[in-house]
Amino acid sequence: MDTATKIKLLKNMQRVRTLEELCAELYTKEKIRGFLHLYIGEEAVATGVISQLLPNDNVLGTYREHGHALLKGVSAKKIFSEMFGKIDGCSKGRGGSMHLYSVTDRFFGGSGIVAAGIPQALGLAFAAKKLKESRRTVCFFGEGAMAEGAFHESMNMASLWNVPILFCCENNFYAMGTALSRSQSQIDLTSKARSYLIEAEKVDGMNVYEVFDKTKFALDYIEKEQRPFFLEFQTYRFRAHSMFDPELYREKEEVEKWKTRDPIELAKKEITKSFTDNENLLFIKEWEEIQHGIMLEMSEAINFAENAKVENFSDLSLEVL
Amino acid sequence: MKITYREALNLSLKDCLNLHPNSFLIGEDVGAYGGTYAVSKNLLKEFGSDKIIDAPLSEVGFTGLGIGAAMGGMKPIVEIMTINFALLAFDQIINTAAIVNFMSGGQIHLPLIIRMTSGGGRQLGAQHSNSFEGWLAHIPGLKILAPATVEDARYMLIYAMNETSPVIIIEHALLFNISEECPDVLQEFNPFHAQLKNVGKDLTLITYGGMLPRCMQACAEMKKKGFEIEVIDLRCLRPLDNKTIFSSVKKNHRVLIVDEGWRSGSLAAEISSRITENCFYDLDAPVYRLCRKEFPIPYPRHLEEAIIPRFEDIVIKLEEILK
Ligand SMILES: Cc1ncc(C[n+]2csc(CCOP(=O)(O)OP(=O)(O)O)c2C)c(N)n1
Repeated sequence: MDTATKIKLLKNMQRVRTLEELCAELYTKEKIRGFLHLYIGEEAVATGVISQLLPNDNVLGTYREHGHALLKGVSAKKIFSEMFGKIDGCSKGRGGSMHLYSVTDRFFGGSGIVAAGIPQALGLAFAAKKLKESRRTVCFFGEGAMAEGAFHESMNMASLWNVPILFCCENNFYAMGTALSRSQSQIDLTSKARSYLIEAEKVDGMNVYEVFDKTKFALDYIEKEQRPFFLEFQTYRFRAHSMFDPELYREKEEVEKWKTRDPIELAKKEITKSFTDNENLLFIKEWEEIQHGIMLEMSEAINFAENAKVENFSDLSLEVL
Repeated sequence: MKITYREALNLSLKDCLNLHPNSFLIGEDVGAYGGTYAVSKNLLKEFGSDKIIDAPLSEVGFTGLGIGAAMGGMKPIVEIMTINFALLAFDQIINTAAIVNFMSGGQIHLPLIIRMTSGGGRQLGAQHSNSFEGWLAHIPGLKILAPATVEDARYMLIYAMNETSPVIIIEHALLFNISEECPDVLQEFNPFHAQLKNVGKDLTLITYGGMLPRCMQACAEMKKKGFEIEVIDLRCLRPLDNKTIFSSVKKNHRVLIVDEGWRSGSLAAEISSRITENCFYDLDAPVYRLCRKEFPIPYPRHLEEAIIPRFEDIVIKLEEILK
């Protein structure tokens, strides 16, 4: 991978990180309310996967999907406006943090029901195949979702009917407060996929470049073979499950240990590992500029959201019976 | 020419699959088996496995797949074997199909049909005899059709296919064998309007689905006794056709609602409440209801019959009100 691509991926991770750090701030200021599930720590996964998708490709995520939406092309303006409950939000402000939708960006949520998006993503992939459209479908879910029937039903049908879909399991080892080993009899998640005769691979979800390469392989596979593929990304959430979570279920030391593998720091290390001192200095400068640019993008977006209007109650009857 | 309700549904499916190139039928045993109630008999042969898809026993999975396929530009017809098993798919139906258009700010139109059989009366016991359509009628964002006649079985689906929001079609297990004249589709056919099945001046009898034939029978019986009962077939359980209901009630001043669901929190309760709110001063008597008695359905015939409103029960109730 060339350095320019490496830097692009690093930048994308930072965009997600900055957006979410600002979300956390705005939450304490009560600009954002309700549930807010942060992805901080897991950015390498969405970044490595979505950065190589085309506008035409379908993505479906969970309630922890701000980064996925941003990377799929939904603007920060629309995302912040949505979280502020404003009409300029990608779902007109009706959805909130968990329900970001943007059909023009082929981003289909944003579902708050664990695993419910998986069969829907299967349907999107199924339709694309039937309609002979050249688009790929990528579905994200947590390892907790793999205990739901919807997951197993979908895996079975995907394999049975040769549906070209990429299943991306973001294994952050906790479903709210329940550790993987306390909820699953089989913790080798790829073996669950293989039991449905679906090709599967484990990926270091903290290493954006490994995520990128393994995803590229998987995407080529689903296109060429017209079959599903399952990727398990091992990652970690640095923050609480949601803003209401006091984190009683894990030790601080465990979190700190994972933080030493911060995907952004790992990527920077990888980029600079063979740099000369001079190249290093240049990179530090470039990185500052990148961060500055991201801050500008985000603060403009927040300003926009602040000034956006709310939807009138009287317009609500438009879409619902 | 007379055809059966089953044949009508079959013809209707054929028309839809022919008319809409992106449509398909998916469900348990819709293909090789020919449909649990033989509604899709021979369709696999005629349309092939691309359009007639035998699904595994995965109600959540294939209902979700139908939703996704509709999002992706297709026109799926999802068949859930019976409403009892639809409970497994209620999450997909309610938490996504019904609300995703609203929740996404109007971006996602779902031209999705979900068909299912409902109702008791065949000694199938407590888990296979439910009438949960009233629950579904509670949900904003869904349209619920309940064909009770051969004509509606023949044409409702065809009209529902033009909708851009999900439509649930409730077919009644006891109606598959009824045989009636099926006219060519009428100009003014509208599946979302209630219909007067008999015009009368003494009482408005409101019903739908599997209860319609026994209400019609009761209406004929009451005629012998000198009463003219006006029978409304709701046809569409959501949105309810208030206009037809209220104008009949205002004219007749007495009402009986016959609903196969349990009485507590029922569709009948909703209709009764709407009538009280809107026609209170036109009423000469309380709004009465005849519903499924509040037991699970027992297996023995005589006990099941004692629980679901019978023709005789309806007649007795009508006599009571008109006394
Ligand atoms: C069907 C359902 N059950 C329970 C919940 C409550 N809930 C929300 S997130 C969550 C944990 C999910 O864990 P996982 O799938 O691993 O994803 P993560 O939150 O770790 O990203 C639970 C139990 C829900 N939203 N939906």
